[in-house]
Amino acid sequence: MRVPLSSIDSLAYAVPELVVCGGAIGLFLLAAAARRPRSWHGWLFPLVSGGAILASLGWLVWFGLESASRPLFSADGQGLVIFSGLVACDPLAVAFRALCLLAAGAGVLLSVGSPSLPKTQRAEYHGLLLVLCAGMCLLASASHLLMIYVALETVSLCSYLLVGWDRSRSRSTEAGLKYVLYGGVASGVMLFGMSLIYGLFGSLDLQGLHQAIAGSDALATAPGRWAALLGFAFVLAGLGYKVAAVPFHMWCPDAYEGAPTPFTALLSVGPKAAGFAVLMRFFWGIFLDGPGVGAATLDADIPWPLLLGVISALTMTLGNLVAIVQDNLKRLLAYSSIAHAGYVLMGVVAGGQDGFESVALYMTVYLFMNIGAFAVVSAVDRSAGSEDIRQYSGLGSRSPWLALLLAIFLFSLTGLPPTAGFIGKLYLFAALIARGGTWYLVLALVGIVNSVISLFYYARVLKAMYLEQPALTEPVKAANAAGVLAFLMAVPTLVFGLFWQPLGVLASWSSRLLH
Amino acid sequence: MIHVGLQHFLVVAALLFCLGLTCVLVRRNAVAILIGIELILNAAGLNLIAFARFGGDLLSGTVFVVFLIVLAAAEAVVGLALIIAVHRRLRDIDLERSDELRG
Repeated sequence: MRVPLSSIDSLAYAVPELVVCGGAIGLFLLAAAARRPRSWHGWLFPLVSGGAILASLGWLVWFGLESASRPLFSADGQGLVIFSGLVACDPLAVAFRALCLLAAGAGVLLSVGSPSLPKTQRAEYHGLLLVLCAGMCLLASASHLLMIYVALETVSLCSYLLVGWDRSRSRSTEAGLKYVLYGGVASGVMLFGMSLIYGLFGSLDLQGLHQAIAGSDALATAPGRWAALLGFAFVLAGLGYKVAAVPFHMWCPDAYEGAPTPFTALLSVGPKAAGFAVLMRFFWGIFLDGPGVGAATLDADIPWPLLLGVISALTMTLGNLVAIVQDNLKRLLAYSSIAHAGYVLMGVVAGGQDGFESVALYMTVYLFMNIGAFAVVSAVDRSAGSEDIRQYSGLGSRSPWLALLLAIFLFSLTGLPPTAGFIGKLYLFAALIARGGTWYLVLALVGIVNSVISLFYYARVLKAMYLEQPALTEPVKAANAAGVLAFLMAVPTLVFGLFWQPLGVLASWSSRLLH
Repeated sequence: MIHVGLQHFLVVAALLFCLGLTCVLVRRNAVAILIGIELILNAAGLNLIAFARFGGDLLSGTVFVVFLIVLAAAEAVVGLALIIAVHRRLRDIDLERSDELRG
């Protein structure tokens, strides 16, 4: 059992959280000072929030590089428990915090000059964005049920408000309302599950739980086993809701479509990455003796990998099938992101070092391609004011650059070479097939069939862009923040498709989690 | 004289949880759903405090409940704010009527 650092000593390891919280407080104070909207608000507030996010990212990069040369985490390089056992500081936490902050940075860049955000209350928007960042960072590194709950609620509460931010559009408020109701039920159910786990094993700490389960006599009786099953299933429901896995995905298309596009881009990647980090930490941290080495302790009664595997198969199949009939590109991408959560779950099912590696790698790749796709949607939205697929007809001739970028992202989302999406899928399938069991192979097969299905609806967008006659002739402007972001995301999508070695090294470093 | 033990608390909490879940699933009024969510949260809180009292690790369960109360209040605030925003527009908070987003 690792001895946790005291709270004061821990502060040195929580610099990103401190910086974004400080930035958020600063922005809320600025909001009180600057009540009337002025033209300079449009760049000052993004500058503050973007600066805080960049500073946090810089610290994480420094910390990661330093820990490679000297043992910053601990003597064995595995990790530290900080804040009296509430938070873990290990490579997985560093990597996933960086992913969440990158997504948030993209969200800030997209918000600059975006017409889908109201002109008023900009400081509050960016302040809430930074609070969301703090929540995502804590969620990615939480190692205690209380911390998981508090971080999850922080992320959720900010997301509800930001989804319903644009009060002038009824779709936005409606999406916010639906999101808060689904989210409230999911977090309540998760909390009930946590209370059962606490009662059965007498601990809220993931490390303590691991030991308590191994030596517990509560599982010897039938009621105890049922209560444990119910508790863990309820927690799985709460975490599954966060990553939008079937059957807890219902909020996802509505929230993505209704939210202002700059926030949708962030929502589709950031909280999902944090959700996957906590999912890996929770299930494999509790059940395995060590990543990829020992037998699961509770596996005999409840086949967790099988359960997660079924959820994974359902998630990708439903996401892909429903995406086929969508006419709104934002909604189409929402269903596609549900499908991608299903793919990533394959890596969680595989578990172990290579499974976590594939999850970290796929989430990184997914960040580039999905935020890139939303950046193009945002650019078209800026000039057309709509996300309908008809707006994309003839985009290939109206603005060839944007169409090319969107084509790259869609190819990558399908998983075709030579894009990074192909490498990501390769790692996931490799990790799954390396497990060798029959149903692991079946799951891999379902994943491959789903990739083929997804080609169908992505190709529909490509057909509209290149083969259909344009309904409108005026070009779509790409020389704005959205166009710049799309370009910035296209570079890694292509480069990592050809030279994935650095990405693989990074993923294998970040797949180490504290145990 | 009945001795009130852990089981009594657990039964009440389980009943509260089922009532809350039923309320969420059956009612179409957004405020009623929020009330259902509140019941679910309180069921979890009752469980936690009972386990803390009768289990052993008194402190962590009690602290958890304090956080739960605060976050439940925050969630109700956000939920009600969004309900008001929808009500201003539709003059109604029946979820059957807010159906612009579908498919």
